[in-house]
Amino acid sequence: MTSATETVERKGLSPRQRARRSRGIQYAVLVVLVLIAAVSADWGQIVSVFFKPQFIKEAFQNGLLTALVKTLEYTAGAFVIGLVGGTVLALMKLSQVGPYRWIATAYIEFFRGLPAIVVFIAFSLLPLAFEGMTIPWDPYGVVWLALGIVASAYMAEVIRAGIQAVPKGQVEAARSLGMPAGLATRKIVLPQAFRIVLPPLTNDLILLVKDSSLVFMIGVAADGYELTGFGRDLANTEANLTPLVTAGFCYLLITLPLGILVRRLEARTERTR
Amino acid sequence: MTAAAAAETAQPRTERLVHAVNVTKSFHHNEVLKGIDLDVDRGQVVCLLGPSGSGKTTFLRCINQLETIDGGRIWVDGRLMGYDDRDGRLYRLKNKQIAAQRREIGMVFQRFNLFPHMTAIENVMEAPVQVKGEGKKESRVRAQALLDRVGLGDRCTAYPAQLSGGQQQRVAIARALAMQPKLMLFDEPTSALDPELVGEVLAVIRELADEGMTMIVVTHEMSFARDVADTVVFMDAGVVVEAGRPREVLGNPQHQRTKTFLTRLHSEHDHP
Repeated sequence: MTSATETVERKGLSPRQRARRSRGIQYAVLVVLVLIAAVSADWGQIVSVFFKPQFIKEAFQNGLLTALVKTLEYTAGAFVIGLVGGTVLALMKLSQVGPYRWIATAYIEFFRGLPAIVVFIAFSLLPLAFEGMTIPWDPYGVVWLALGIVASAYMAEVIRAGIQAVPKGQVEAARSLGMPAGLATRKIVLPQAFRIVLPPLTNDLILLVKDSSLVFMIGVAADGYELTGFGRDLANTEANLTPLVTAGFCYLLITLPLGILVRRLEARTERTR
Repeated sequence: MTAAAAAETAQPRTERLVHAVNVTKSFHHNEVLKGIDLDVDRGQVVCLLGPSGSGKTTFLRCINQLETIDGGRIWVDGRLMGYDDRDGRLYRLKNKQIAAQRREIGMVFQRFNLFPHMTAIENVMEAPVQVKGEGKKESRVRAQALLDRVGLGDRCTAYPAQLSGGQQQRVAIARALAMQPKLMLFDEPTSALDPELVGEVLAVIRELADEGMTMIVVTHEMSFARDVADTVVFMDAGVVVEAGRPREVLGNPQHQRTKTFLTRLHSEHDHP
């Protein structure tokens, strides 16, 4: 009898009431789990291993900011190479000339399919393989080249999609005004294509910030350390993770604002459509 | 260059501006143009009429080489379009030379095709500055005058997205005029417009006709064709069915296909 009334009652719940009840149960479980974690964890230990103020201070004194600047420099240079290289590759891939298309396709597929770290290891071994070989602007030259080679492959595909998203009528209008193909591409197609791909390109920039951490594979000198190299080095000497965690937070300092920027840009393109 | 000069002597400068002979064009084995002949004199307005798919737009695009033709020849102002005639053999011109030929011919598209990343006045200035190498100051003055002429002198700094369809099309006309073309091609210039905006665009085109601009207009606006055209050409299934003065072709069509088309068009107007 009671069970019968209960089912009637349950059936009587509106979908909204049912959703509210299930959400309530989820919250309760979550709170319990958090409490268990908070009580059982050894907070003193956690703080002293990951967030020891003494080491945070030491990180700042030993050049955390220099490492942050290095990360920015490595990323910016690689982004420029990636942007220029990616644009050239995208135009090649859309070219009427067969060999251009083949070269671009081969390049893009090769470097997109390869883990970035393999490229970096290859660059670290280059001076061994070719004796006496030097890449100018050490260490920037190597870093920019290695990161830029990989980035251009990713960005080429994004830019190609952007170029193809520009309506055909735009090129026809430019041609009907007597613009040669190159001029129409530079003045009419590419400016619109870049506007379209601004959000995905910013995403590539975020990936590039993180990929710059692979620089330690090339084996740059200590004064060339970016955030990860710096954090790892200091964490090693101190046998404590705090410097690495501090360096990690610095990445968020860069990537979080970029992430917000991407969302803003996406919202803007959504509006203009 | 000598060959081009030869072509010019072969087609001496006459009153005739456009001379098209037996133009054919296929898309994937589908013959869209089956031998079109058309002559347009200087200062003349020719309206191309016909059902959709009849090849009007394709023919228009062949004139300024947006489409390459498969057969026949088109001369504009005595110049063979797209090819070099060397002793009867045709050689395709280089893309730069074709681009140079297009500068003499303005085109207005159904969907306006304004450059969305530029303001109205920048749209008008772009080709004179980039293609002709005109100075920015000089170009701005001329662009302002052209926008005044199409009634948009006060919307110079507006972007295309901020303009109505009719305003965009008028900017597009000003943009084409900025290259000081000898010939204007209009590809259904009012078909993409809301009905209440058609009039303002037709008024600009009409004014242009009164000033003596040579133009070829693909249109479905019968009253415009009747009032403005010197010649109307009725096309169907890739051929010119009949051509003549608007009063004759529209008022007293000789061919069954023309009659059918006009009746259908009228009944659409009477019972929309």
